[in-house]
Amino acid sequence: MHVHFLDPYRPRSSPVHALDPRLKLVLTLGFILTTALVPPGAWPVYILLLAIVLSVEIISDLGVGTVLKRSALALPFVLAAVPILFTIPGTALWSIQIGPWELVLSAAGLERFASIAAKSWISVQAAIILASSTPFPELLAAMRAIRIPRLLVAIFSLMWRYLFVLVDEALRLLRARASRSGRSDQPGLKTGGSLAWRGRVAGGMAGNLFLRAYERSERIYMAMLARGYDGEIRKEPLPRLGPGGWLLLGVGLSVYLILLVVSLIL
Amino acid sequence: MHFSPAPMHIPDGFLSILVSVVMWILSIFAIGYSLKRVSQDIGERQVPLMGVLAAAIFAGQMLNFAVAGGTSGHLMGAAIATILLGPWAAVLVMTSVVSIQALIFQDGGLLALGANIFNMAIVGVAVSYVTYQLVYRLSGKRPWGIFAGGFLAAWLSIVITALGVGLQLALSGTSPANIAIPAMAAIHAIIGIGEGLITTGVLAFVYATRPDLITRQEAPPSKAGVVWVVGLLLAVALAILSPLASSRPDGLEWVAEQKGFLDTAQGTVYNIIPDYVLPGVSNEAIATVLAGILGIILVLGVAMGIGYLRRHRQQASDQ
Repeated sequence: MHVHFLDPYRPRSSPVHALDPRLKLVLTLGFILTTALVPPGAWPVYILLLAIVLSVEIISDLGVGTVLKRSALALPFVLAAVPILFTIPGTALWSIQIGPWELVLSAAGLERFASIAAKSWISVQAAIILASSTPFPELLAAMRAIRIPRLLVAIFSLMWRYLFVLVDEALRLLRARASRSGRSDQPGLKTGGSLAWRGRVAGGMAGNLFLRAYERSERIYMAMLARGYDGEIRKEPLPRLGPGGWLLLGVGLSVYLILLVVSLIL
Repeated sequence: MHFSPAPMHIPDGFLSILVSVVMWILSIFAIGYSLKRVSQDIGERQVPLMGVLAAAIFAGQMLNFAVAGGTSGHLMGAAIATILLGPWAAVLVMTSVVSIQALIFQDGGLLALGANIFNMAIVGVAVSYVTYQLVYRLSGKRPWGIFAGGFLAAWLSIVITALGVGLQLALSGTSPANIAIPAMAAIHAIIGIGEGLITTGVLAFVYATRPDLITRQEAPPSKAGVVWVVGLLLAVALAILSPLASSRPDGLEWVAEQKGFLDTAQGTVYNIIPDYVLPGVSNEAIATVLAGILGIILVLGVAMGIGYLRRHRQQASDQ
């Protein structure tokens, strides 16, 4: 089977991989919701949440390092929260004079900023574990099980099916452009056209991609019709959740609830 | 190789619960209505088209071009999807793109997905539709109207979407309104030019090869009036509301008030659980830290134990 570099799924034989996809989806969403509900500054609870994610990473055999490396992807957005370091009034910790402005770093601002960064970091790790331990078709079945509309799931599944084909096509287009484009070492020699021209070239490539996709979708539709497609993609339903599954779901959700209660008492 | 996360995708942790939930409700309502319209208008034939075009928009976001100083322009795609597919199908296509980005590639959070869908799939599409149709009709349905309309629709959809992101961050108390909103608007007024140029390029290419794909959308889809009203309302509300929010002389106080309001709103959620205090634990920093450390050691210990046992058993079975 062709394994694409973009597919985040990492096959392992761990209990996390073997878990029912419905449970994984619900438990992950519940975990992220819990993390969001914990009030800012409840550090012990944040540390416990982090410990839970880290332990699941260990049990899942995905490798803590790999997950942490991927989780750095979401970090640049933290920039959006930097201003609150200085704008929330509170005890001044540190101040700096930049031209006419004086920036005052407040304790309250620091607490809020660190809480946002921590919540974001913990949540993204949970999402990474879900994506790397669950093959996407199983995730689709789980989405159907939690009553996400059939038409939407059908679009998701077709998008996933052709995502890698079209990404490869986009990469071929980029490679072709790179090999057509020369660059001179001679200083001062301008290479490439104006901004509008470059935009137009990239637009032409994207237009090409869309047309190929459009025509491919027509062929796909014909092939689906030939195989008896009548507007519904049928899949074998997932088996009923066993008592062990319900137990795990109950335990997981109660742990979240307990963590929330603890965070509110603190 | 990975996708550079665009500043449009809000990760988890940056939005307050209240904002996340309200955005989810609005998005679910809009997606539900679009699903109904799409299945009435076009039906099963559109499923492969929408799925494959969603994949193409995802892949098309990789096609970038150098703008200046190491930055590059690339596609969000709401305008293109709207012009090629019409508003209802475009909402579903963009919803799929944003959802897969969040679910698989962690580009944007899962709890924040409602807000991201609202910004990119609903605001983006509604604004694109209204702008494009307006310019195209004003031009007397001439070809230059397609390109000018496409450029403006793409640019405006990016800027208005960015205003929405800024407003949501400000309402969540994550970023002060008088900094977040002007900064988002300024950055995306520039990024939007890239989006506009690529969109025009796409339209020029498609118009030269398959003009039927563009002109096919001339017949307005059923209930297009809803899109007009919603699109205009969203564009005008965000365009007026956000500068208003950020240009208040006492912007800081406004945010503080807003934060106070949100804290009260969250307080009601937290008050469901009474102020019970654990004996000997409350207000004692050392006790909480100790409890925290104890918890971590316990949890990590169990996890490492299980991991060790599994590896041991695997080695035993390998031999």
